[in-house]
Amino acid sequence: MGNASSMLTQYDIEEVQEHCHYLFSQQEIVALYNRFCQLDRSAKGFISSDEFLSIPEFSLNPLSQRLLKMVDGLNFKVFVAFLSAFSPLATVPQKIELIFKVYDVDGKGRVTFKDLMEVLGDLTGSFMSEEQREIVLSQVLKEAGYSRDSPLLLEDFMKVLCKPGVTMEVEVPVD
Amino acid sequence: MAGLGSSSSEMDLDRLNIEEYLTVESIRESPRKLHLRDLLDISPTLKEAAGAIVDDSFTRCFKSNPPEPWNWNVYLFPLWCLGVVIRYGILFPLRVTILAAGWIVFFSAFLPVHFLLGDHNKLRQKVERKLVEMICSVFVASWTGVIKYHGPRPSIRPQQVFVANHTSMIDFIILEQMTAFAVIMQKHPGWVGFIQKTILESVGCIWFNRTESKDREIVARKLREHTQGVDKNPVLIFPEGTCVNNHYTVMFKKGAFELGCAVCPVAIKYNKIFVDAFWNSKKQSFTMHLVQLMTSWAVVCDVWYLEPQYIRSGETPIEFAERVRDMISVRAGLKKVPWDGYLKYFRPSPKLIERKQQIFAESVLQRLEEK
Repeated sequence: MGNASSMLTQYDIEEVQEHCHYLFSQQEIVALYNRFCQLDRSAKGFISSDEFLSIPEFSLNPLSQRLLKMVDGLNFKVFVAFLSAFSPLATVPQKIELIFKVYDVDGKGRVTFKDLMEVLGDLTGSFMSEEQREIVLSQVLKEAGYSRDSPLLLEDFMKVLCKPGVTMEVEVPVD
Repeated sequence: MAGLGSSSSEMDLDRLNIEEYLTVESIRESPRKLHLRDLLDISPTLKEAAGAIVDDSFTRCFKSNPPEPWNWNVYLFPLWCLGVVIRYGILFPLRVTILAAGWIVFFSAFLPVHFLLGDHNKLRQKVERKLVEMICSVFVASWTGVIKYHGPRPSIRPQQVFVANHTSMIDFIILEQMTAFAVIMQKHPGWVGFIQKTILESVGCIWFNRTESKDREIVARKLREHTQGVDKNPVLIFPEGTCVNNHYTVMFKKGAFELGCAVCPVAIKYNKIFVDAFWNSKKQSFTMHLVQLMTSWAVVCDVWYLEPQYIRSGETPIEFAERVRDMISVRAGLKKVPWDGYLKYFRPSPKLIERKQQIFAESVLQRLEEK
């Protein structure tokens, strides 16, 4: 696909649609492309961290730094694939998989106690101490039958989160 | 407005509306025992982040919407070409000539009056006022401005400030051609800065630099002094603090609303059919913006001078500012968004994230206690 400043052809749209497993309609992909070009101000073909942070709502999100590691520098095709987990058509396992990837941001395939501590740290800031977070996490892990020493895998996440499932949907505004 | 310790890269924003707007992570109402799933399920936060990536009300305010191209078939295209020839070949040179002639007349009258008559000479002030109004009319003519003014014209009285929504620096020129306002403006580089320093000083304009937090105090002081003065030109403030695309209004800064005097709202709405007057300062220099206007057919807009407002008892300056913003937005058909315009230049203060973190942390700790 060309860089962000070129127009999207029908072939491009279909390629992107296939890559995101048809979770977005063609109109939604065109709308996302317009948004992508709007955010990618210097038409480099990807959106930099700075450009993401210029969205005040994103910048104010507690998990923004962690998410930036996942979205910084993505080209349009991968950007759409990332957002596809938020489509109303995405299945619960697909959504849980994205949550897993946010925890396992360095992609090692498992979520360690350190990862859990980091995310809880982002969500609670200075309002909980390190010790308090350790205690909370150890306690809930133990109750669920896990230990803090063995990392969690994707199937563990699926087991814990699939009932009653997660709702994580975003609407793409189509003109 | 900013705390003493804030660096220039962070801003303390008026928090009133932003907190209402940002959704708090949905925690179940009655505290229940904490389970692993409650900590692993970060879906509400992720959803907010993705929602912001896909569309956010702040970026929408600064989007210039190019008009639909209408020259797409065999007989419309030659017409459009003819239009281009007329606009660039005939209208543009004509307008540049008018503008040049206007400046020559202006300087030949302004320079003698400025240097020969004393500093507080009444005649000089009157002449300079009229000359500034004249050069603004010349500018408006150079874009074939068709401007309809509604409402009573501003009068020179003490204890009043005028506030207007902001789309481009031409807002100032359009209002200035009717009344010589003393405007509060951001310092600009280049030839605009030169004009600011020389000519506009004579009508009492006040300059500041957004990035200097100390400038704010100086401006507030100068503003107060000016409004006390009897025969000074009326003050014009654009409380949004930045150019917005004339479809939305961003939050008004409260500086103009805590002076204890009357606030006269002015609403400006441009008709986009002729030209999009939004100055996207990140994409275009002011010179290019003017050239764009001068090569379009016309700049058509409506200006409404609305009834002067006074702060009500028990109303805070922020509430007063919001009330006036409401009036202007309704009159000009603009949508309100709860963001501070300065977010274009600065990151939001981390205090707003802390609020969310605090709510979540307290809920977790409380539920940990439950058996």
